[in-house]
Amino acid sequence: MNIVLAVILCTVVGALGAVVLVAASKFMAVEEDPRIEQVTGCLAGANCGGCGYAGCADYAKAIVMNGVPCDKCAPGGPKAAAAIGKIMGAEVSAVAKKAVVQCQGNKDNCKPSYDYKGIQSCAAAAALYGGPKDCSFACAGFGDCVKACKFDAIHVVNGVAVVDQDKCTGCGACAAVCPKHVIMIQTAGPDKPVVMCSNCDRGPVAMKECATACIACGMCQRNCPSDAIHVTDNLARIDYDKCTGCGTCVAKCPKKIITYPLKKNG
Amino acid sequence: MFVKLAAIFFSMILVNNYVLVKFYGICPFLGVSKKLDSSLGMSGAVIFVMFMATAVTFPIQIFVLDPADLGYLQTIVFILVIAVLVQFIEIFLKKYMVSLYNALGVYLPLITTNCCVLAVTILVVDDYGADVQTLGFAVAYIESLVCAIGSGVGFMLAMCLFSGVRKRVEVCDAPGPFKGLPITLVAAAITSLSFMGFGGIVENLFNVTL
Repeated sequence: MNIVLAVILCTVVGALGAVVLVAASKFMAVEEDPRIEQVTGCLAGANCGGCGYAGCADYAKAIVMNGVPCDKCAPGGPKAAAAIGKIMGAEVSAVAKKAVVQCQGNKDNCKPSYDYKGIQSCAAAAALYGGPKDCSFACAGFGDCVKACKFDAIHVVNGVAVVDQDKCTGCGACAAVCPKHVIMIQTAGPDKPVVMCSNCDRGPVAMKECATACIACGMCQRNCPSDAIHVTDNLARIDYDKCTGCGTCVAKCPKKIITYPLKKNG
Repeated sequence: MFVKLAAIFFSMILVNNYVLVKFYGICPFLGVSKKLDSSLGMSGAVIFVMFMATAVTFPIQIFVLDPADLGYLQTIVFILVIAVLVQFIEIFLKKYMVSLYNALGVYLPLITTNCCVLAVTILVVDDYGADVQTLGFAVAYIESLVCAIGSGVGFMLAMCLFSGVRKRVEVCDAPGPFKGLPITLVAAAITSLSFMGFGGIVENLFNVTL
């Protein structure tokens, strides 16, 4: 008899709970825009937070409810942006974002200025005399970015961070943690050159600090046919709105630090 | 009466801390304690759910299971009831209290069948179920609710303390094999050890026997 009672009790509790939940989901249903679910389906689903929202669902909600631009999903890339654009009724053209480390100061090019033995993190090392290398703008090389990357796309090679472009989704997590701010998120695509240096020291100083430093000679600025590259604060900077990707600066740079880091095979 | 309630409350936080002394709820303790704000959100949800679950399960035990002599069904019935309750609360909050839903939303489903919530409801029956005969249902009920809130606050204390510990552990230069979870577990053990020192403090402070 006892076992019958036990079975009945469990069944009743379960059934009651089911009824309550069904009734609740029926009477307390919250109307949601069906597009939110569709947009969530288009996103990468990595919940990486690169877009600046708590997760993919949160970002989808922001797109539909607040009209936030739909090209912020870095892992999803242009494909996701186009698919969302279709749902939202807007055409979008976006290129894949990629992270680029604007520093080539590896152990051969840029010598250490002191022997750092402290906490093995860029943030800590950068706080001590601007980092352990001769160039105070250089990648510190302790891999804070490696720890931040959720896609195993950035590694420290010979003392300087290098991005694996095949794995990089351009989420920007590495750029956000880098205390030296040498990582840029390239949104202009692989056909545009990048200045692979962040040194803002005057030419002679920069030349002593690192073998691959921008010495602010101005060759690129003088030769650019479209007025897209300028030396400001002793560092060449490219205006990607004007840059046509002609490659004049790449050919003229005496230090060979303007390159196409996103192009396959150099 | 109030002295006893206060004693129960503080003993659940310090002496009988669910995470650090009784070792329940280790999963959220290690999983969500990486950042202070997420551990606070999780703890808020845990306090809320522990209170609601105890409020529902304690009468079920006293008025349904005990008279029918089905005390052994406690575990399965409590799991069912808590799961339904949490789901219902989530739907209810989404509809009527959107701000609370946004604050707790992510964490509510996570603790639907968490062991520390189940442990609170069961241990509360063990500890205060007997008081129903001696002190009456109302008193035992209030005691168990205070105990549940105290457990939740204890959980919050453990989470916040440990998220602070963890921030330090993460930047330290641990030996290779200890990096990541192992050193975190060692840190958790030491944190837990420190809570052993609170044994007996509440009885002496409030001069009551629990």
